[in-house]
Amino acid sequence: MILTYDGTFDGFLTAVFEGFRLRIPDLRIEGDGPATGDLFAEKSFVETDQGKAGRVRQKLEDLGGKKTSKALYRCFLSEQDDLERVILHTIRRLLTDGGAALNDYRDPLILRLQQIGKQIGREVHRMHAFVRFQETKDGLYVSLIEPDFNVLPLIGNHFRERYPAQDWLIYDVQRHYGLLYDREGMRFTTLTESQHVRLQRDWLTDTEKDYQELWKTYFKAVDIPERRNMKLHVQHVPKRYWKYLIEKV
Amino acid sequence: MNQRLQEKLAILADAAKYDVSCASSGSKRKNTATGLGNATGMGICHTYTQDGRCVSLLKILLTNHCIFDCAYCVSRRSNDIKRAAFTVQEVVDLTMHFYRRNYIEGLFLSSGIFKDVDYTMERLARIAKKLREEHQFNGYIHLKAIPGASDELIHEAGLYADRLSVNLEIPSERSLKKVAPEKDYATAYQPMNFLRERIAGYKAERRSLKKAPTFSPGGQSTQLVIGATPETDQQVLQLADNLYQDQKLKRVYYSGYVPISTDARVPQVDRTPLVRENRLYQADWLLRFYGFKVQEIVDDAHPQLDQEVDPKLAYALRNPEHFPIDVNTADYEWILRVPGIGQKSAGKIISSRRFGKLRREHLRKMGVVWKRAKYFVLTADRDYLHLGYDPDIIRHQVLHGAKQKKMTNQLDLFATPQPLLA
Ligand code: SF4
Repeated sequence: MILTYDGTFDGFLTAVFEGFRLRIPDLRIEGDGPATGDLFAEKSFVETDQGKAGRVRQKLEDLGGKKTSKALYRCFLSEQDDLERVILHTIRRLLTDGGAALNDYRDPLILRLQQIGKQIGREVHRMHAFVRFQETKDGLYVSLIEPDFNVLPLIGNHFRERYPAQDWLIYDVQRHYGLLYDREGMRFTTLTESQHVRLQRDWLTDTEKDYQELWKTYFKAVDIPERRNMKLHVQHVPKRYWKYLIEKV
Repeated sequence: MNQRLQEKLAILADAAKYDVSCASSGSKRKNTATGLGNATGMGICHTYTQDGRCVSLLKILLTNHCIFDCAYCVSRRSNDIKRAAFTVQEVVDLTMHFYRRNYIEGLFLSSGIFKDVDYTMERLARIAKKLREEHQFNGYIHLKAIPGASDELIHEAGLYADRLSVNLEIPSERSLKKVAPEKDYATAYQPMNFLRERIAGYKAERRSLKKAPTFSPGGQSTQLVIGATPETDQQVLQLADNLYQDQKLKRVYYSGYVPISTDARVPQVDRTPLVRENRLYQADWLLRFYGFKVQEIVDDAHPQLDQEVDPKLAYALRNPEHFPIDVNTADYEWILRVPGIGQKSAGKIISSRRFGKLRREHLRKMGVVWKRAKYFVLTADRDYLHLGYDPDIIRHQVLHGAKQKKMTNQLDLFATPQPLLA
């Protein structure tokens, strides 16, 4: 039987809770997207329940520590088609082997979990590197991003620690939401159409333009043409990120 | 915008780019509630140059005016180039504004010698102090400690910097004398020794007193120019090893000499020795993280690193008696010595094998480079090569095997499918 949920992590954990509670045989969990594949399978939607989700989370931590529940959350943010299957399998392994199961690289689904984790880690690292703040006339430092995975929830702390004394907004253009920091704290936000348009029009300070020019000058100056190796360059800075990199546009 | 500032930046970034050390790692510095930046200990490359080098720090010279005349250096007195100098405030502003926009991890500041050594060193230290104290800047700062500067100034620099470096530049004193008449090893070792003592002293103090100030918490590093003078890899690596052991250096950087100079005291090379530089980094890595000794990598019979194969593979080929390694039973140190197995996959091997025997397939999926490792390991498949262990054959296979296969594949497009020979 297939349990579906609302696409949130808590929703997924609730489905896990129900699946185990009802001892559903051949349990499968799917997001609440358009029906995929199996038209005849029996489906049942699970309402998200914070309490149940919390209990699963606690259980995961008891079994494998904070590290483990984090790893599963990160996997969840990967938006991969098979993520429910991978996480469910990992939970089963945790129940039989405890936290060490995550080190069993012989197990193809555990391996997959680790690979996804690695990809997520790489994307988080890329965002730490490729975010480019632009100073707007309201004194807000804004950065637009289009990460490969939904990593915005994972990058806030890094920037809060670095930039506690300036207001900033990191906006995921593809997923239509952003992380806003003002000196009180961080919160997720969605821009209205008109705010979005404003962001794209005449919104930068003059100082901002100057420093963008200086940064471009710097980038050009440190190049060593005798050693040029664009293959390596593109490997490190894949083209899909160029759009928001001041030095590349 | 200030045209002149653009021009200065172009000149002084260009002049600093041959200094290879870019690392912003090795120092942890916490931010304050109203400050700017931190050092996470990891280092982030915010972009890469078109030749594939990491851009992590704003790497500039304070000035490229210099009273010295080192043959291998673009900024040397006798070279006819455009000169420029930043003011202290200009460097501070650039650093702050670049950092705010997340372009950089911090500042890497070096300098030609303007007027005299102390005059220059005082400015470097002043910039760091200003950033820290007036602007609450907690990002990464790397400063050059200029040989010949007074202990007080070097001390001052250490109080505000995350890392200091004294460049030896030329890997033997004899050669140094030839290409840099104003320099000698004693003058370079003097600040290095001073830093070693201070760094150790402050560290000890911090162990007992958490609030004690830091002093160059990321340690010190140096750079060696490779290929401008005739030293062998054995000499270079021996020197590096001494620097790690005796001077407690965090990093030694190797910079393949870029033929920028038309000075007759250095050879007219037409190409930067990139492969050699890369091999030296690999060997350095083996020294620091893989438990190799210098003599195991280069010795009197093999004073140069093999240019064709990496030093780990070269070691395995020279020491067939130590292989194959059984991945299901061998110690970590030996698994680490297998070509094609890195630190990460070695760790995975150790943590996975208690769940059951490891097979060839498992290793592949763990990220082991099988086409290399296969000649040196035993797995549960017992598939250790069927060639008999002949280092020459392995070398040939590793170097040319892939090529042959590509050709066969191409042919396959036109011919009826047949089993590959490789
Ligand atoms: S002292 Fe430094 S800047 Fe001056 S010529 Fe020598 S290496 Fe170049």
